[in-house]
Amino acid sequence: MGDHHHGPAKGLSRWLFTTNHKDIGTMYLWFSFAMFILGGTFAMIIRAELFQPGMQLVEPGFFNQMTTLHGLVMVFGAIMPSFVGLANWLIPMMIGAPDMALPRMNNWSFWILPPGFLMLASTLFMEGGAPAFGWTFYAPLSTTYAAPSVTFFIFAIHVLGISSIMGSINIIATIMNMRAPGMTYMKMPLFVWTWFITAFLLVAVMPVLAGAVTMMLMDIHFGTSFFSAAGGGDPVLFQHIFWFFGHPEVYIIILPAFGVVSQVIPAFSRKPLFGYASMVYATAAIAILSFVVWAHHMYTVGMPVAGELFFMYATMLIAVPTGVKVFNWVSTMWRGALSFETPMLFSIGFLVLFTIGGFTGLMLSIAPADFQYHDTYFVVAHFHYVMVAGAVFSMTSAVYFWLPKWTGRMYNETMGKVHFWISFVGFNVTFFPQHFVGLAGMPRRVPDYALQFADFNMMSSIGAFVYGASQIMFLYNVIATIVSGEKVSDEQVWDGAEGLEWTLPTPAPYHTFEVPPKIDATPAHG
Amino acid sequence: MLRLSRNPSADTAMKLAAVACAMFAFVFVVMVPLYDVLCDALGINGKTSGVAYTAVPAAVDTSREVKIQFIATNNDGMPWGFRPQVTELTVHPGAATDTIFFAENPTQLPMIAQAIPSVTPSRAAGYFHKTECFCFDQQPLEGLASTEMPLQFVVDQDLPKDIRTITLSYTLFDVTTMAGGTIAAR
Repeated sequence: MGDHHHGPAKGLSRWLFTTNHKDIGTMYLWFSFAMFILGGTFAMIIRAELFQPGMQLVEPGFFNQMTTLHGLVMVFGAIMPSFVGLANWLIPMMIGAPDMALPRMNNWSFWILPPGFLMLASTLFMEGGAPAFGWTFYAPLSTTYAAPSVTFFIFAIHVLGISSIMGSINIIATIMNMRAPGMTYMKMPLFVWTWFITAFLLVAVMPVLAGAVTMMLMDIHFGTSFFSAAGGGDPVLFQHIFWFFGHPEVYIIILPAFGVVSQVIPAFSRKPLFGYASMVYATAAIAILSFVVWAHHMYTVGMPVAGELFFMYATMLIAVPTGVKVFNWVSTMWRGALSFETPMLFSIGFLVLFTIGGFTGLMLSIAPADFQYHDTYFVVAHFHYVMVAGAVFSMTSAVYFWLPKWTGRMYNETMGKVHFWISFVGFNVTFFPQHFVGLAGMPRRVPDYALQFADFNMMSSIGAFVYGASQIMFLYNVIATIVSGEKVSDEQVWDGAEGLEWTLPTPAPYHTFEVPPKIDATPAHG
Repeated sequence: MLRLSRNPSADTAMKLAAVACAMFAFVFVVMVPLYDVLCDALGINGKTSGVAYTAVPAAVDTSREVKIQFIATNNDGMPWGFRPQVTELTVHPGAATDTIFFAENPTQLPMIAQAIPSVTPSRAAGYFHKTECFCFDQQPLEGLASTEMPLQFVVDQDLPKDIRTITLSYTLFDVTTMAGGTIAAR
């Protein structure tokens, strides 16, 4: 490349062959938004069918395919890649690095994603239909009783897993080796810290998921009996392996969201993050505990009482570091010079709704009570409060917060606020009633339900359509900003924002920090 | 510290890739066997031993009676007739007891079945010893044939006092297509 600085290549090859962390971050973000729309479409079909009791729109088998694909696409296609995209854009800029440590691998880890999802989505058009066994794909539903398309599902999971592992390796290598001189670990912004820990979780558990689907593949095609009782295996083994991956996975989704909120709340409170060190330790504690709580997803499977008690207490213990985080965010706002721009609104929305989701999680952690909640809409309400109001709200907050830095243009603030309030109301109208129908006994993953649940389900569906429509407004706002938003040239953008990315010109140039920045001796601002 | 490459980032990446490979192997060589060992050792899941118990001479505890219930179930799609000779027996701990299960293949074709036992309450699994059981082996049966399948068991004298009833359930699986001789009964 020599000494001269050059911009991006022209045309399609710029995106195909790029090794630039900003280009790759942008592609991740757009891809995950496309998946968000796809997964959202599946959700709209689910809610349309559940609008009234009885069977109206779709066949029960197709309904099951929708719930399965909705979960898979949202978890693996929308939420995870969106945070990887954010990591690509921000981590080098936050630690003063010129790019990711392994730029060619970075290109590869993005570009295997679209074929993986194409493979998964193509199962919809295959004989026997798409996978219909729920996103948790318990054996033997996913082995003995699965449609032939399950093999494509298995390979899709392999591809997504490889992509995630490569992305995480890259993030860890970047953070360990590319920090600017003087950027010690305990000076890193909290977003970098949460991703650092998340990446280790991913390297540890994505191979476990790969192992689980490989065993399914062998049971289906090669005559082994890992999950078949007839041959000496055990379907319950599947649940243990799946949740040994699955529980760390939910923290993989939420920890980067914690990181985003820890950047946004101090900026709009105009105060440093309260309890920076305790935030780092709490994140690490959550990550470590996530490996010893998996069986709380399977209390009803017939565990010995000692096992139920162990997993119950271990699960409740997680409330302690999570509580530390919530109190730290609230303390950051305490006596701050608060202002309520769209990113702050979404972060506060995150804080309130994620805490509700945390409390319902505590309710579910109580083993004897869980026997009533298990597999009901109460669980659906719980995990949507942490996945949507948690991860998606925080991701939306991040887009509004950093979009001016990325594009050099300001989004429409009024439309942003309207987007927040419609999302907030729509979300709660959708999911709050699901707590009630769940407690009253409505099972999840059903296309039809008893008549007494009709009113709450209609409310839920209306809320879902409103929430879904508000995302179109978000898409419009982002595109309008890129095309014709008001120009921003101030490096700082937000007067309270702290961190190296805000010392760069706006919009952030194609190449940044080719000379490492000087880090002053002041403590981290989070 | 071991260095795999002179480029520090490549070094980190290779080490992490090794961790990922190790975790993939961990599922197969640690988690699966460990699960089986734990279930066997603790009697979780109501799993009973897959090998014949060698009876130790012991006094029959005539002061206690334990009710043993037998359940026979066909797995989904299994056409065989399958039932116990008696559904309930009362035994003394320490006494070897014999009973019989009947199986009948109503189809025209030879088939192979495998019975999988489960004991409830699962705490009793470790105290329910089978000295002879049709579940230890696969059961081939010609078309339209029927057979009597023997079971001999001993209830351990150390069975916790609060357990007065033990339910032994068998599920019969059709393993005709998967029977390769290597399938271990449990």
